[in-house]
Amino acid sequence: MLKVIDSAVPIACWSCSIGHNDSTLFCPHCSKIQPPPGGDFFQVFGLARGFQIDLGALETEFHRLSRKVHPDRFARAGENEREWSLADTALLNDAYRTLKEPLNRTEYLLKLEGAEIGEEHSGKDRTDPSRVPADLLEEVFDLNMQLEEMRMAHKMGEEDPDLQASLTAAKDKFNGLLEAVDKDLHGEWQVWDAGDSAARQAAQKTMVALLDRRRYLSNLVRDVTETLGA
Amino acid sequence: MTGRVVGIDLGTTNSLVAYMQGDAPVVIPGVDGSNLVPSVVALDAPPADGGRPTVTVGNTARKALIETPERVIYSVKRLMGRGLEEIHNELKLFPFRLADDVEAGEVPRIQLGELKFTPPEISAYILRQLKRNAERFFGAPVTQAVITVPAYFNDAQRQATKDAGRMAGLEVLRLVNEPTAAALAYGLDRAKEGTIAVYDFGGGTFDISILKLRDGIFEVQSTNGDTHLGGDDIDNLLLAIALDEIHAEHGVNLRSHPSAVQAVRKAAIEAKIKLSTEMVAHFDIELPNGDRYQREISRAGFELLIEPVLERTAGPCKQALADAGITAEQVDEVVLVGGSTRIPAVRQLVDELFRLKARGKKPHTELNPDEVVALGAAVQADILAGASKSTEELLLLDVTPLSLGIEALGGTVARIIQRNSTIPASATEHFTTGVEGQTNVAIHVVQGERELAADCRSLARFDLKGIPPMSAGLPRIEVKFLIDADGILKVTAREQRSGQAAKIEVKPTYGLTDEQVESMILDSFDHAEEDFAARLLIEARNEAETILSLVDSAPQKPAWQHLTGEEHAAIAAARDRLAAVKVGSDSAAIREATLALDHATRRYAELMMDAAVSTAMRGKTMDAAGEELGEAINAPHPMAAAEFK
Repeated sequence: MLKVIDSAVPIACWSCSIGHNDSTLFCPHCSKIQPPPGGDFFQVFGLARGFQIDLGALETEFHRLSRKVHPDRFARAGENEREWSLADTALLNDAYRTLKEPLNRTEYLLKLEGAEIGEEHSGKDRTDPSRVPADLLEEVFDLNMQLEEMRMAHKMGEEDPDLQASLTAAKDKFNGLLEAVDKDLHGEWQVWDAGDSAARQAAQKTMVALLDRRRYLSNLVRDVTETLGA
Repeated sequence: MTGRVVGIDLGTTNSLVAYMQGDAPVVIPGVDGSNLVPSVVALDAPPADGGRPTVTVGNTARKALIETPERVIYSVKRLMGRGLEEIHNELKLFPFRLADDVEAGEVPRIQLGELKFTPPEISAYILRQLKRNAERFFGAPVTQAVITVPAYFNDAQRQATKDAGRMAGLEVLRLVNEPTAAALAYGLDRAKEGTIAVYDFGGGTFDISILKLRDGIFEVQSTNGDTHLGGDDIDNLLLAIALDEIHAEHGVNLRSHPSAVQAVRKAAIEAKIKLSTEMVAHFDIELPNGDRYQREISRAGFELLIEPVLERTAGPCKQALADAGITAEQVDEVVLVGGSTRIPAVRQLVDELFRLKARGKKPHTELNPDEVVALGAAVQADILAGASKSTEELLLLDVTPLSLGIEALGGTVARIIQRNSTIPASATEHFTTGVEGQTNVAIHVVQGERELAADCRSLARFDLKGIPPMSAGLPRIEVKFLIDADGILKVTAREQRSGQAAKIEVKPTYGLTDEQVESMILDSFDHAEEDFAARLLIEARNEAETILSLVDSAPQKPAWQHLTGEEHAAIAAARDRLAAVKVGSDSAAIREATLALDHATRRYAELMMDAAVSTAMRGKTMDAAGEELGEAINAPHPMAAAEFK
C-alpha cells in the first residue's frame, strides 16, 4: 500500500527551495505545507516502528498536527496548498485511524515488515474444516450443530432454554479464548519491540497465527450473538 | 480584502443565513424582518408579453401555496441527489409533478407551472435569496459560503447541494454536517471537555452525532441517521387520517384537489404545533361541498399515532453509541436541534435513550432549535475565513457517515473506507485486467453498509481507459479514493507499469454533469458589480417606500396620539430627509435615511405592537400568551403561518 522512500535523500521545498528530509508535513525552514511525505504511518507521528504505543500522546499529536494541516486552515490558500493540505490530512487521518486501534496497528505493522496476512474471510469459510484451529475442531463442530438447531427453533417460533443456555456458555467460552489471544498478542508486541531481528521474526510468525485465530474466534462469537439475539 | 463568508442552513422547511458579528454568530434577517426564509419557491403568473415568469422565494412564495399549488414547490431537500425511481414514493405525499419527458438515469425535473426545474435549481433559488438578504444587510457582495447538510447525506446529496450553491453564484467553501454545526454553536462560549450527543430531528431529516470535545477540537466519533425522516412524516400521518375520514364521512375525495389538500395539510401542521403546548387540538375545515370536517385530536392520541415515526430515531441513536464504543451513560450532554424536538414525546424519547433524568441531566435547548444550525455554520465560516481571534483555536474533525465500497466479483462489496472514518480519508486499491490486451477496467463504487452491491447505493461507475495493451493480469492500476472534507469522493488512477495516468471517465449514478451545472447558473450576471449596485438601489428604494407609506398612514392610528410633540417632529424630519434622498441614486444614503426613520419611529412601533398583542391575547395570562407567541414566531412552516385567510 505504501512505498517506502529512502528518507536520507533530501527533497527541495517548493517554497523556499531548501532541501529537507522527505517525511515531514511542513518545511522545517519556512514552515510551508509540503506534499504528502512518502514514509509510513509511524513517521507521520515521528514515531519509530513498534507495536506498543502511548495512545494519549498519539491523540495529542494528532490534534496538534490536525490544527496545522487541516483543509479548514487552507480554505483561502492557493490551489497547490489546498490540494496538499487535503492529501496530507487524509494521510494523517488514515495514519491515526490505523495506529490508534490495536488490531489495525498490528496488521499494518506486520504487513510493513513483510508478513503475509490472511484477508478478511467471509462467513462461509468457517465451515471449511481446514480453516478451523485444530484444538477447536470438535467444539466448533458441536457449536455449528447447535447454531443450526437454534435457527430452526427460531423459525418454528419455539424456545429451547437448554439450547439457549448451552449457546450462551459457548459464547462465554469463546470470549474467554479471545481474551487469551489478546493477552498473547500483547506478549508478542513486547517481544518484538524489545527484540533483535531473530526474535522479531519469530514474534511476527506467532502474531500472524494469533491474528488468524482471533479473526476466526470473533466471527464465531458474532454468529452466536446474532443467533441468540434473533 | 477578501469578502465575508456566510453560514447557510439550507433546511427542508426553513432556510437561514448567519454570520459572525465580532465573537458571536447572528442570523441575518430578510427584508420582512424574519430570520427564517421558508424553503418554498413559487413561479408567478406568466407575464402577458410571454416572457419568463418571475420566481419568488420564502414568505411570498408560501402565500401562493393555496391559490396556485401547481406553481409552488417546498421540501425540495427531500429530492436532492436522488434518482427517478427513488422519489416516486416521496412524490405521492407532495403535490409535485415530474416533468413528462424525464427519462431513467436523468436527474428528475419537477414541473412547475409551464417550466421544469431540477431539485438543485430549486435549492439555488433559495440560496440566491439568502445571498441577497446577506448582501442587502452588508451592503456588499457575498460570494463565499458554508452550507450545512444532514450528516447522513450521501455523496450524491452532498454534490447536489454544492451544485446548487454554484448555480446561485456562491463558492461553497465547505459543506458542514448539521449536528456538528449545532455542536459548534453550543461549544463556542464554553471551553468544554467531554462527550456530547446531538439529536437533530428536523422537517425532513434525522441525524444523530456523537462528538468528543477537547481543547477546542470537536472530534466526531460517530454519526447515523435517516435522510427521509422528519416532521413532514408526522404531518403526512395527520394528513392521511383527515383525508381518509373526509372521504368516509363526507364522501369527498380531496386527494385529487391539490389546493384542498394544502388547506388540510396546513390544518394538520397547526394541530401538530399546538399539541406541543396543549393537550388537545381541533381540525375545523370547510370542504369544497360546503360541509365542515371537524375533529378533536388529543395529545395522547397524537403520541400514539406518531410513535412509529419517533421509534425510527431510536435505532440510529443506538448504532451511533455502539460505533463510538460508548454507552448512553457516558454521554455528558445532549443537544436538541430541529423543530420536531419541540414535541414533548420526542423529548421523552431522548430522555429515555440517554437516561438523562435518571442522571439528573436535561437536554440543551438554550439556543433556538430553528437557528442553531445556521449559527454553527457561521462559526465554521469564520474558522475558514481565518481572520478572527474568537475561532482560531476551534477545529472540526468530522466523519463520513457511510462506508465506501467497490463492487467485487459476484456482486459483493469490498469495503475500502469504513463509516465513521475521520475525513478527509483515503484508500488505495490495485486493479488489473482479466483479458489479453484489455484497455479498459470498469469500477463500480457504492456507499452503504450492506453486503451486496445491489443493496447499497450506487455512487458512480468509473471507467479506467487507455491502459496499455498487455497480457491479462499484468497491468497494475493504482486507484486512489479520497473523501474530501465535504464528504465528497474524488478518484485518481495511475497505471504503474507504464507510469501512465489512466484516464478516468466518471458516470455518476445520480447527479448533474459539470456542463449541466454550468448551464443552470442563475442569471450569470448576478454578481457583476454594476448589476449589484443597481439591485441594491432598487431594494433600498423599495424599503424606503415601505416605511414611508407606513409613516404616512400613522397619524390615523390611535397609537400616534400617545407620542409627544417632540417625537412627532423627529419623525417628520426623518421622513422628509428620506423622501429627499430617495430620488437620488446613492443606495447607502437611502438605507441610512431609512434606518434613521426606523429609529425615530421605534416607540411608535412598540405602541402598535402592544396594542396588537393585547387584542390577540385578551383573556389569557401573560405567561401562556408569551409561550404561544414564542412558538408561533419560532416555528413557521410553509403552511403554518397565520397569514392565510
